[in-house]
Amino acid sequence: MTLTAPVTPPKSVPASRRGSSVRRTWQKASPYAYIAPFFTLFAAFGAFPLLYTAYVSLYRVELQTPGDMEWRGLGNYTALLEDEFFWISLRNTFTIGVLSTVPQLVMALGLAHLLNYRMRGRTFLRTAVLLPYATSVAAATLVFAQLFGRDFGLINYLLGTVGIEPVDWQTGTVASQIAVSAVVVWRWTGYNALIYLAGMQSIPDELYEAAAMDGASRWRQFFHVTLPGLRPTIVFTVIVSTIGATQLFGEPLLLEGKISGGISHQYQTLGLYMYEQGWGFFHLGRAAAIAWVMFLLIVVLVGVNALIAHRRSRKEAGR
Amino acid sequence: MPIARAARPTTVAVRLGAVVLSGALLAACGSSSDGAATDGAGGEVTITVDLFGSFGYKEAGLYAEYEKLHPGVTIKQTDTEDEADYWKSLQTRLAGGGGLADVQGIEVGRIASVTQLQADKFEDLKKYGADTLKGQFAEAKWAAATGKNGEVLGLGTDVGPEAMCYRKDLFEKAGLPTDREELSKRWATWDGYLELGKQYKAKAPAKSAWLDSIGSLYSIMIGQEEERYYDASGKLIWEDNPALRAAWDHSVAASDSGLSAELDQWSPQWNQAFAAGSFATIPCPAWMLGYIKGQAGESGKGKWDVAALPGGAGNWGGSYLAVPRAAQHKKEAYELVAWLTAPEQQVRLFEKQGNFPSSTGAIEKVAAAKDPYFSNAPIGRIFGDAAKAAPVQVLGVHDQNIAQQITNALSEVERKGTAPEKAWENARKGVANTLG
Repeated sequence: MTLTAPVTPPKSVPASRRGSSVRRTWQKASPYAYIAPFFTLFAAFGAFPLLYTAYVSLYRVELQTPGDMEWRGLGNYTALLEDEFFWISLRNTFTIGVLSTVPQLVMALGLAHLLNYRMRGRTFLRTAVLLPYATSVAAATLVFAQLFGRDFGLINYLLGTVGIEPVDWQTGTVASQIAVSAVVVWRWTGYNALIYLAGMQSIPDELYEAAAMDGASRWRQFFHVTLPGLRPTIVFTVIVSTIGATQLFGEPLLLEGKISGGISHQYQTLGLYMYEQGWGFFHLGRAAAIAWVMFLLIVVLVGVNALIAHRRSRKEAGR
Repeated sequence: MPIARAARPTTVAVRLGAVVLSGALLAACGSSSDGAATDGAGGEVTITVDLFGSFGYKEAGLYAEYEKLHPGVTIKQTDTEDEADYWKSLQTRLAGGGGLADVQGIEVGRIASVTQLQADKFEDLKKYGADTLKGQFAEAKWAAATGKNGEVLGLGTDVGPEAMCYRKDLFEKAGLPTDREELSKRWATWDGYLELGKQYKAKAPAKSAWLDSIGSLYSIMIGQEEERYYDASGKLIWEDNPALRAAWDHSVAASDSGLSAELDQWSPQWNQAFAAGSFATIPCPAWMLGYIKGQAGESGKGKWDVAALPGGAGNWGGSYLAVPRAAQHKKEAYELVAWLTAPEQQVRLFEKQGNFPSSTGAIEKVAAAKDPYFSNAPIGRIFGDAAKAAPVQVLGVHDQNIAQQITNALSEVERKGTAPEKAWENARKGVANTLG
C-alpha cells in the first residue's frame, strides 16, 4: 500500500469525484488483479483436480470406460485398508524415505560445512554440487539402472574384483531399495547442501570468532555454533524432503521400467502404486483414493514435523 | 528432494481431471507421438503411425515405398519397445481424446478389450470399404477384431506361430547336436526339451544358460492352448485351467533345474543378453526373429537357427492396425493400413523381418522362404506348419494383464527363490488386484 501512496492526488486539488472514485476502487482492487493469474491457474490446475480427484475417489471409474461411474461411497478407501499391496507400498515408501532422506541430509550438512570454508574455486565447487539436481530424473535413473545391472553392471563388476558375489539390485528387497535411494541421494544432496550453505552464511562470524577465542575446535564449532544456527533451515529441509519422499515416483518407476515396482512389489512406492492402479489397471477411482490418502499423509507428516520443531524451539526459548 | 518433486501430485491430479477436462493436456503428457501432423499446401499429408515392439515396416522399407507410390504422403513412426507401456499410454490418450496417431497398433491380447470396451473410440473401417478385404484374412483373425455390431475395428498384421530359436555355436560347444531336424525330434515334447537342457548345462560354456527366462517358456507354452484365461463364454477360468497349470509347472521345473538365465523379458539386460550369448535357446514366435536380429546384430548372423517347437504348434501374439476416431487423417490412414496389411506387403515383411502373415493368400507364397540370418532355416515351412496347426485362441478382455501377473510370479520363483505355491498365491492376489 505504501508504494501506491505517492500517486494519490493531494487532497487540496479538487479532482473530479468520479475519476477519483474509480481510481480509488482500482487502488483497492489492483493487488487482487495482480495476484489473480496465480490463483486462476491454481484453481484450474491445483484446486479443481484436487476436488475432482476427491469426487472420483467415491466412484468406481475405469479409464477405458470413463462414462460408466458407479457410486462406491468410501468403498475405495475401505478397500485400501484390506489391500495388501497398499500396505506394502506404504511400508516401502517409509523405508525408502528413511534410506534416502537421512544420508542425504547428513551428507548435505557435511558438504555445506566444507563449502563454507575459504578455498580456491569455491564458486565452481558450489555450482558443481548443484549439477545432479539439474539432471532429469529419467536420465539419472537410467544411468543408475545400468550401473546397478545384475549381469553387466559396473557396481557388480567392482564388487566382483574384491570377491563379492554379484547382487541382484533389482530383485532383492533391501538391495533394490538401496539402489532407488542411491539415485535420490545423488540427485538431492547437492541441492540441500546449497540450502544449508545459505543458512550457514547468515550465522554471524562473531559467533565463530568468539568460539575460536574460547579454543573451540572446528568440529566443536560445527556442533555448538553451526547446528543450532541452522535449526530453522534443517526443519525446512526435513519437511520438504518428507514431502518429496512421500511422493517418490520417477526413480522407482525407471529403475526397471516396471510400474509394479519389481516382480514382487519390493520397491513399489505409494506414488507408483497409485500410478499402477490408475494407468496400469485403469482403476481411476482407486487411484484417486490413493492420491487422497497420500495427500492426507503428507499433511499429517508435515504437521508432526512442524509440531516437533515448534516444541523444540519453545523449549530452547524457555531455557 | 523438494520443490520440483512437490509438483508431482498436481500433475497426476491434473491427469485425473483431464480425463474429462482436456485432451490437449493429455496429449502433452502422452508419450511418443506428437500427433501434430502439419499439412502443407498442395495436398501434402503426414500420416503418423504409433507402434510397439518391432513391426518392422520401416526396416523392410515399406514406408519408403508407400511414400514413393503416393507423392505428398510422409509417414512418421513412433515406437515403444514394451507393449505394456505402449498400451498404458494409448489408453491415457484415448481417454483424453488427444495426441493419438493416425494409425495405432493393437496387440492381439488387447483386441478383445478394444472390441468389448472401446469400440466407440476407433473408426469402423467398413466406412472406408474394409468389407471387401475380408476374404484376404484368416477367419479367426478377422473375427477377433469385429465389434458387437459388426464393426471392423482393425486390420490384422501378423500372427505369431511358434518355434524354438537356438544358438548353434553354443550347442556345439556343449556337445549337443546342431541339426534342426534332429533337435526337433529330440525335443518333440517339453520333457525332452528340459532333458536336453540338463545335458547342455552339464557342459555349457561359462555364463550361458539353456533358456532366457521361464516367463518366455510359460508364454510360449500357454500359446499352445485354445482356452487360457477365459472360456468361450467369457468366464474367468485361469485358476482351474489344467493346461495353464501344466505350463506353470514346466516353467517352475526349468527354474528348479537351473536352466534359466533369469532375465526379465524386454528389459535392457535381456536385450544385452542376445548378443552376449547368455542363453542358448529362446522360445520364438515368428515376430521374435526380427527382434533377435535387432538385438544380436550383424555378429549374430549364422549363429542362430530355428527348429520346431516342443509339444506341438501354438500362437503367441500377432497384431492389428487400427485408426482412432480422434485421428487427423482417417481416410489416408485407412489407405495406408489396407496397403500395409495386403498380402504382397505381408509377404515382403515376412521375408525381411520374419513377421508371419495373417493373410490367407500370403501364407502359401512364403512357404519356401529361408532366412540366411538363421542359418538358412526354412522359416516359411516351420512357421507355416505351425500357423496351420495352431489352435484358435479364446481371447478375453484382461488376457494381457493376467499373463503379466503370472509371469511376474514366475520371475519371483526363478530370481528370488520364492516357493512355487507361494508365488502362485501371489499371482492370484495380483490378478484380483488387476481386475479390481
